[in-house]
Amino acid sequence: MKNKNRLGDNFLKAIIWMLSFITIGFLIWILLYIFIKGLPHISLRFLTSPNNSKNDGIFPMIYNTFFIVLASLAISVPLGIGAAIYLVEYSKPSKTIKVIKAVRFAVETLSGIPSILFGLFGLIFFVTILKFGFSILAGALTLSIMVLPTIIRTTEEALKSVPDSYREGSFALGATKLITIKKIILPSAIPGILTAVILSIGRIVGETAAVYLTAGTGRNIASGFMDSGRTLSVHLYILAKEGISFDKAYATAAVLIIIIAIINMTASGLATRMKK
Amino acid sequence: MAFSRSQGIDKVYTNKYKWVKARESIAEKALFLCALVSVLALALITAYIFIKGTPIIFKTGLSDFIFNKNWSPDPANAEPSFGILPMILASLFATIGSVTAGSFIGIFTAVFLVEIAPTFFVKILKPSIELLAGIPSVVFGFFGLVVIVPLIREHFGPPGNSLLAVIIILTFMILPTIINISQTAIKAVPAEFKEGSLALGASHIQTIFKVILPAAKSGILAAVVLGMGRAIGETMAVILVAGNSTLMPKSLLSPVRTLTANIALEMGYAFGDHENALFATGVILFIFIMLINILFSTLVNKAGGYNEK
Repeated sequence: MKNKNRLGDNFLKAIIWMLSFITIGFLIWILLYIFIKGLPHISLRFLTSPNNSKNDGIFPMIYNTFFIVLASLAISVPLGIGAAIYLVEYSKPSKTIKVIKAVRFAVETLSGIPSILFGLFGLIFFVTILKFGFSILAGALTLSIMVLPTIIRTTEEALKSVPDSYREGSFALGATKLITIKKIILPSAIPGILTAVILSIGRIVGETAAVYLTAGTGRNIASGFMDSGRTLSVHLYILAKEGISFDKAYATAAVLIIIIAIINMTASGLATRMKK
Repeated sequence: MAFSRSQGIDKVYTNKYKWVKARESIAEKALFLCALVSVLALALITAYIFIKGTPIIFKTGLSDFIFNKNWSPDPANAEPSFGILPMILASLFATIGSVTAGSFIGIFTAVFLVEIAPTFFVKILKPSIELLAGIPSVVFGFFGLVVIVPLIREHFGPPGNSLLAVIIILTFMILPTIINISQTAIKAVPAEFKEGSLALGASHIQTIFKVILPAAKSGILAAVVLGMGRAIGETMAVILVAGNSTLMPKSLLSPVRTLTANIALEMGYAFGDHENALFATGVILFIFIMLINILFSTLVNKAGGYNEK
């Protein structure tokens, strides 16, 4: 009896080990494959030349990606932090419970909506009705709504982890609520807020569907907010979908993975610093 | 003399106090508006997608829209037909397949991480899962296109672009979500449960399957449901490997088109009723997502809250 149990246990244990290796195995497979095929095609020329009939570089896409990331963050970070501050610092259970509930419901629902629906909304609202056309602005506005839940939630966590004694100390010294938030709470929550920002950057860089439907597929450097411009992800999608050049697609995919890896390392570095 | 002086100070104080008070209340109102933005955004998104999408559903009839197998939306046709049953089924099959496989692998991996893995292994596995979660979906799709699709073509016959390819790609895309949330649920099981079971003479594996996993059930189910939402909503990766045929999915190897793919593929050139029918496709997708969201929040409440990190 006992032996039989042990046999069963070991069998299950073996299965658990195996299944865990599938996850890591797949990651290694995808990384190795993309890097081996892609890295040889990455050159300084590839990274810095434009994309037109003569050149097939990705400089415009890198530029557009940064542009749209900055524009989206400029909109979503202040709004998200503001919302989180309200939720954590100003929510008086009795007075504003309905509003708070509505906001939480909205944040939760928004975080579950697939990006294609954000794209669809951006297309009808920002591109068509507000007449922004396929543009960085329309893309950035759409992406801002998309990353808002991430920023609000992560900032909320950061604010909640600031000990109440900090607040009490500040109030006891005669500081008002606003001053306490500005001078005490926000500075102590900064690593958490930075994590929120970095997570959002990762999502924006990796996003395709929503950007494709709102910022369009212009292959030049976007000259301004109203100009169309494709990001790296959209570029990779087009290369793969149209079968234009698989070499360039591998190289673009490798560049994307490298950018994401750097973003991830920064985020987890911050997270460890936060724990200390 | 003294009287008037103290009155002056009072006045200065009152003015300053008023200003401070005004500043405080302006700040509170501004922050309140920030909080309302997400409510407003959700309302606008819902309203616009439904306003654009529902008229065509009523025009063709709800049951015709959902159960008609024929999608030929080109306005040049004498009688354009807007049936999205093949897309609904493709989305459902792809979601069920990937969530089944993803849950199986993901839950066991979560168990491994929390209960079994040696520390050095956790140190490798955790950042790997984080990186897997960060890889852009279009890279998954591209990898599927150049690796998975040819493999399927070689081993099971053409075309290779198929429901099976979609399921494989989606499985790995939703794995990090399922692993992370199940892991949180498993960690939240009180240590006493485990200690009690071990003290009664149960083996570690028995404790995992008979005590820890049942105790973490709600949280794990929440993880599975969240994975479901990710799978049904994925677009670009799916387009690259699915084959995108509008015919009914017949087997794992037939090329399919999901609801999301239908929107993204045709939005570029659609107008009139065709464009509206794509928004209607969005409405159906939206309804699916809403159902999944409701299921998710019910489960999370049961599990006593969660943290996606």
